[in-house]
Amino acid sequence: MTHINRVKTLFLIGAACLMMGSGCPAFADDGAVPSVTGLDTLWVLITAFLVFFMQAGFGMVEAGFIRAKNTCNILTKNFMDFCMASLGFFIFGYAIMFGEGNGFLGLTGWFLAGAESAAGVPLYAFWLFQAAFCGAAATIVAGGMAERMKFQGYLIYSFVISAFIYPIVGHWVWGGGWLADLGFADFAGSTVVHSLGGFAALIGTIILKPRIGKYNPDGSVNAIAGHNIPLASLGVFILWFGWFGFNPGSTLSVGDGSLIARVAINTNLAAAAGGIAAIITVWAKFGKPDLSMAMNGALAGLVAVTAPCAFVEPWAAIAIGGIGGIIVVFGVVFLDRLRIDDPVGAVPVHGFNGLWGTLAVGIFGRQSLGLAHDGLLYGGGVTQLGIQFLGVMSAILFIVVTMGTLFKLIDSTIGLRVTVEEEHRGLDIGEHGMESYSGFQIFTTS
Amino acid sequence: MKLIIAMIQPHKLPDVKKELFAADVHKMTVTNVLGCGQQKGYNETYRGVMHEVNLLKKVRLEIAVNEDFVKRTVDAIVRGAKTGKIGDGKIFILDLPECIRVRTGERGSEAIG
Repeated sequence: MTHINRVKTLFLIGAACLMMGSGCPAFADDGAVPSVTGLDTLWVLITAFLVFFMQAGFGMVEAGFIRAKNTCNILTKNFMDFCMASLGFFIFGYAIMFGEGNGFLGLTGWFLAGAESAAGVPLYAFWLFQAAFCGAAATIVAGGMAERMKFQGYLIYSFVISAFIYPIVGHWVWGGGWLADLGFADFAGSTVVHSLGGFAALIGTIILKPRIGKYNPDGSVNAIAGHNIPLASLGVFILWFGWFGFNPGSTLSVGDGSLIARVAINTNLAAAAGGIAAIITVWAKFGKPDLSMAMNGALAGLVAVTAPCAFVEPWAAIAIGGIGGIIVVFGVVFLDRLRIDDPVGAVPVHGFNGLWGTLAVGIFGRQSLGLAHDGLLYGGGVTQLGIQFLGVMSAILFIVVTMGTLFKLIDSTIGLRVTVEEEHRGLDIGEHGMESYSGFQIFTTS
Repeated sequence: MKLIIAMIQPHKLPDVKKELFAADVHKMTVTNVLGCGQQKGYNETYRGVMHEVNLLKKVRLEIAVNEDFVKRTVDAIVRGAKTGKIGDGKIFILDLPECIRVRTGERGSEAIG
């Protein structure tokens, strides 16, 4: 056997071992790197890459749901907030979230110096996975405050939320903080990522006030239609795809595969149920099967199942996602009634369903699937539900107060909202001096 | 019979339409146009290169009316489109020698009303 052939054979055996997971003791014993750690690292990194790709999904959904004249602006915000989140989470975020400290925040490991991984995979892989989550939380707000928020203000916001606000809430739940000690369960971030982003968007859009022309003096609502539904559809498919990294990746290890499989099927079923429930609701309520609402419904199902996906049976995932799809339709109508202008539905999708998903853990969760207490439907009473309620409400209160203060501060210094003239002409020209569709004539009447 | 042609800011179209409907003017043709007037243009930059855009997006309204409707139509357009800033637009009033309704074959004032 030539040397090349021998290497090839060894490689094939190694690959076969990888595919069989931990069932390869002969190699694990004498190899320098245990193959289990290698496999887990590969898993965490691949799912981190998938979660990163969700950034593209957010960008396309938001771009599609707003008017053509602001598209370049929203995409620049989506693009820059991941850049900001990456550096913010490297310099401060990781230390606050996973460093040694107290129940409120961590205080060691700035710039990752001396930091340790909080999972069985190397620090750098764990950091990348967490940083991708941090970027997702930050980017949710862009949609809720779209078409009127100043770019400079957004840059400041995105650094602050990813360097400080997100990591503090993350520390409470995933970094060994006070909520973790209480037995609060949020498997992949209905509270930590989605409620955080959703309620930051809510307080932001309230402070920012509605877009010009959205509400009439008599209280009636005008539709400001999105300019590109195909782009928004692509975005939703990308997000759904990325969610297979978001939730199953949160296992942080492959194990025997059963947990990953459960999380993956629950994720998919909830999204499907959310889409169906939303389209039925909107069809019954307004007479037409509105695609934009169905897509919001699928996202709502995904957000809702993010906390409970590891602790529930597949039938429960369908129920959780389905209820999420109904919540999103009524949430959109409810916000319009309050004259809160959320152009892409960020608040109903991420805020309301982050809240619902977190509570759903206390209703549908099972002790036998790894939860501290059985949920309401399994005879565990309201213990877990109470903890879930306390946890998500504390997080929401913290976000609304801190982000509200930050937005007010930005508003009184550099300004939060563009001028009326700029809003009419579009933020693409006003903020960036370029158009998204140069060479095309955009029919714009609003 | 007159043909009223108005050039207005695109974002004022909803206001102008509202005022026209309030003045009982329900018939109009709207086109998206590019043009330049006293407002001049604005600068765009693309990959570091600056270029001036002096043809601005405008909306063109065409409304054919009988003599007794000219004043109220013009007033409604001004009410809806005026902000007091350069760029609000212009209104042209042209004589209209003939008008034919395709469906009925009516001619003149009858066809407009």
